[in-house]
Amino acid sequence: MKTRKSKSFSGNFITYAMVIVAFLLCELALSGVIPGFKMSRSLKGQLVPICVYIVMAVSLNLTVGISGELSLGHAGFMSVGAFSGILVSQWLLSAFPETNLELVRLLAALATGGVVAAIAGVLIGIPVLRLRGDYLAIVTLAFGEIIRNLLNCVYFSFEGANLNFSFLDPNLPGNIVINGPMGAIGVKKLASFEAGFILVLFTLVVVLNLINSRSGRAIMAIRDNRIAAESVGINVTKYRMLAFVISAALAGMAGALYGLNYSTVQAAKFKFDTSILVLVFVVLGGIGNIRGSIIAATVLTILPEMLREFGNYRMLIYAIVLIVVMLVTNNPMLKSTLDSLKGKIFKKSVKEGDKA
Amino acid sequence: MIQFLSYLVNGISLGSVYAIIALGYSMVYGIAKMLNFAHGDVIMIGAFICFSATQYLGVPALVGVLLSVAVCTVLGITIERLAYKPLRSATSLAVLITAIGMSWLLQNIALLIWGANPKSFKSVIDLGTLVLFGGQLRITSETIVTVLANIIIMIALTQFTSKTKMGKAMRAVSEDRGAAELMGINVNATISMTFAIGSGLAAIAGVLLCSAYPVLMPTTGAMPGIKAFTAAVFGGIGSIPGALVGGILLGVIEILGKAYVSTELGDALVFAVLIVVLLVKPTGLLGKKIHEKV
Amino acid sequence: MTQKYKREPVKMVPAPSHGILPERDVLSRPVLETRNLGIDFGGLHAVEDFNLVIGKTEIAGLIGPNGAGKTTVFNLLTKVYQPTMGTILINGRDTAGMNTVQANKLGIARTFQNIRLFGNMSVEDNVRIGLHNQIGYSTVSGIFRLPSFWKGEREQHERALDLLSIFDMQDLADHQAGSLPYGAQRRLEIVRALATNPSLLLLDEPAAGMNPHETEELMENIAKIRDKFKIAVLLIEHDMNLVMGICEGICVLNYGRVIAKGTPEEIQNNPIVIEAYLGKRKEG
Repeated sequence: MKTRKSKSFSGNFITYAMVIVAFLLCELALSGVIPGFKMSRSLKGQLVPICVYIVMAVSLNLTVGISGELSLGHAGFMSVGAFSGILVSQWLLSAFPETNLELVRLLAALATGGVVAAIAGVLIGIPVLRLRGDYLAIVTLAFGEIIRNLLNCVYFSFEGANLNFSFLDPNLPGNIVINGPMGAIGVKKLASFEAGFILVLFTLVVVLNLINSRSGRAIMAIRDNRIAAESVGINVTKYRMLAFVISAALAGMAGALYGLNYSTVQAAKFKFDTSILVLVFVVLGGIGNIRGSIIAATVLTILPEMLREFGNYRMLIYAIVLIVVMLVTNNPMLKSTLDSLKGKIFKKSVKEGDKA
Repeated sequence: MIQFLSYLVNGISLGSVYAIIALGYSMVYGIAKMLNFAHGDVIMIGAFICFSATQYLGVPALVGVLLSVAVCTVLGITIERLAYKPLRSATSLAVLITAIGMSWLLQNIALLIWGANPKSFKSVIDLGTLVLFGGQLRITSETIVTVLANIIIMIALTQFTSKTKMGKAMRAVSEDRGAAELMGINVNATISMTFAIGSGLAAIAGVLLCSAYPVLMPTTGAMPGIKAFTAAVFGGIGSIPGALVGGILLGVIEILGKAYVSTELGDALVFAVLIVVLLVKPTGLLGKKIHEKV
Repeated sequence: MTQKYKREPVKMVPAPSHGILPERDVLSRPVLETRNLGIDFGGLHAVEDFNLVIGKTEIAGLIGPNGAGKTTVFNLLTKVYQPTMGTILINGRDTAGMNTVQANKLGIARTFQNIRLFGNMSVEDNVRIGLHNQIGYSTVSGIFRLPSFWKGEREQHERALDLLSIFDMQDLADHQAGSLPYGAQRRLEIVRALATNPSLLLLDEPAAGMNPHETEELMENIAKIRDKFKIAVLLIEHDMNLVMGICEGICVLNYGRVIAKGTPEEIQNNPIVIEAYLGKRKEG
């Protein structure tokens, strides 16, 4: 079996092309230039969340697929990014009320979300990365829950450019922005589909370029065989940390975008369930397969909407689909049946291809 | 001081429930090497079965409990046969995701049958309250029964795994599945048995949990499930005494944390303690050390 | 069996007492020196009182019956295990408290008895990972494709192909490492270890699973590597043709203790070694 270098390049090209074409199609549908080619209201509302979940899935795939650490607390980084991003954006609004700095505020929010989540990533990574396997998974889960609990106790308010903060005490002077369990309130929405698209592209550049570089190879070497990687002088702690922190930073940026897409955001939004949901995207899209993560995140974010007509049964169907897909793709017997079925369907086209 | 004792008793009571759930997690992990995320939802199903039996069918509480144990045992075996057995050779991550799917499935089935509105669970234990220190310390019968049930289950299970043939088979499979198979142990039957025991215990835990905290809805099992799993890891996953120690400590920390630190931070405290324990002793309090061969 | 490859000229200088070949090149610092090295596994002395000196460009063999502690010695030298007693000097530097990565940076590289390649990656990428500390550029320039990325990648590519050409494997560069035949995988592990620019190469059963023809080739290549890179080689091997054929000095281990040291001729005629391998001869 050959692994051509060009294969990874062309693979990346397809990934970028797919994202850009999808974006242009959506823009076309949004503009309504072509009659009959329009987007439903509910789907319009899903555009930013789709971008957010793509970034979440791709960044989690960096941890789970490329670095090989099972993380169950990815939503924790998202929430840190969301709250810090909202805070910065709202503070800029409060400090400079006259100027119209929407783009600056959005960029500042994304950058802050990324940086704060990266810091959280370092702080959490130091203890977490000492552990392995299922233990690492349970500790990331624990950290995710701790972050959510802490955010439930945080209060922020503004008086002009002044920032007031308290822990557990809801009585703050001025205009309250983050209100404990009530979450961030009165958020000025800044997120747009275009911003989401740019963030997705940025994420892809970072993750795909990282994978195809010296550091990425070191990360994958550690995943494949830690002892061998150490024996050739690769600093295991450094590169596990690198992957973990980059993944956290990207999740933080996704969180910032997510936070600025709604007028209120509660920490409860970033529960353990959200971490699990993103993990499901990653696994269904294929561990380590970035394009798969993008497709899975998109399809599975839209799917519940499409199943809306099934009413109460939709999440039931969703769960059954998940189990069946896992069984079919992972059971040796079912898998071979599926492959032979595929073979029968595609046989014809393959033969024609050979003749040509 | 009396106040503290009262919290402590509540903590031990909650911890006993965690310990019973943790046993299910721990045994399944030890033998099938998988995180059965649906375990928490089996608890919820167990509580609902008992609730429906006593409320709608009007059967006595004890019959309700037995019925719920029976249903959950069958449910556990069914889940294992349908969803996990086909994935014996798959990666642990694939099994984990399937378990998550199973968890969602159970929650949504419960949602369809019983609806989203919280049900008020009527305690199955009605023996009055033990009053000590002239009314200052009140211990409910739920607490006493929970703790007693925990102790009985632990003793029974320890005896089962060390004395009976099936129990020994379980230990053998958890040590080395391949070698156990070569020795003529029916691995599939052993794993089914483990799920049966774990799920039966989950039903008991569900009834006990809802007797003490009587709010019942489709997501009731999720959080206690995660905490019990934490307890299992805390005590050393795969170990029966570990589940006991982990569960009780976790319950006590949670109740004391909520009482003395802050209600919001009780859960955070639980998880923080877990992290500290794993960092100091990476395989849990009573876990075994694992070496990697080079 | 006769010595196949020519030994370096011998310098007649007073020798440190623990060298296998005491006369070799003692003017320069030895590549490896261990003093009273030992490790306990829960009371069991897996290796005890292990003293060894390996000079520059020396090819030495570490032999002994199964379970004698040979691989444990490798794990001690590469700091996979921390010794419970004694010291290890690599190029004259004490490695106390160091980890595997630091030991590698000091100049010690190894292969594994049970092959540990990065099986899902290409052959070239395996070698590039070995070049990690030799040809570097920062993560940031990797992510944003700065000029140093392109320069580093080009250099890595050239050096990787160059190294692969030692075993004539440059045409396999794009193949998946895990799909290579067994012998090629062993050779790739050697190339990967060489990529880290070591001064001492540890080979753990390099000929295991190879046919006689491949073993013959391997012997030539080990000598070639020594000559080309001017490095020392310490190898564990059960194939006595290989050991007696290319090793200039041999150290025999049994039950974690050194029972004999010397040239191939000396070892072959040493009664203690024969006894360790074949058991005690019956009287009468």
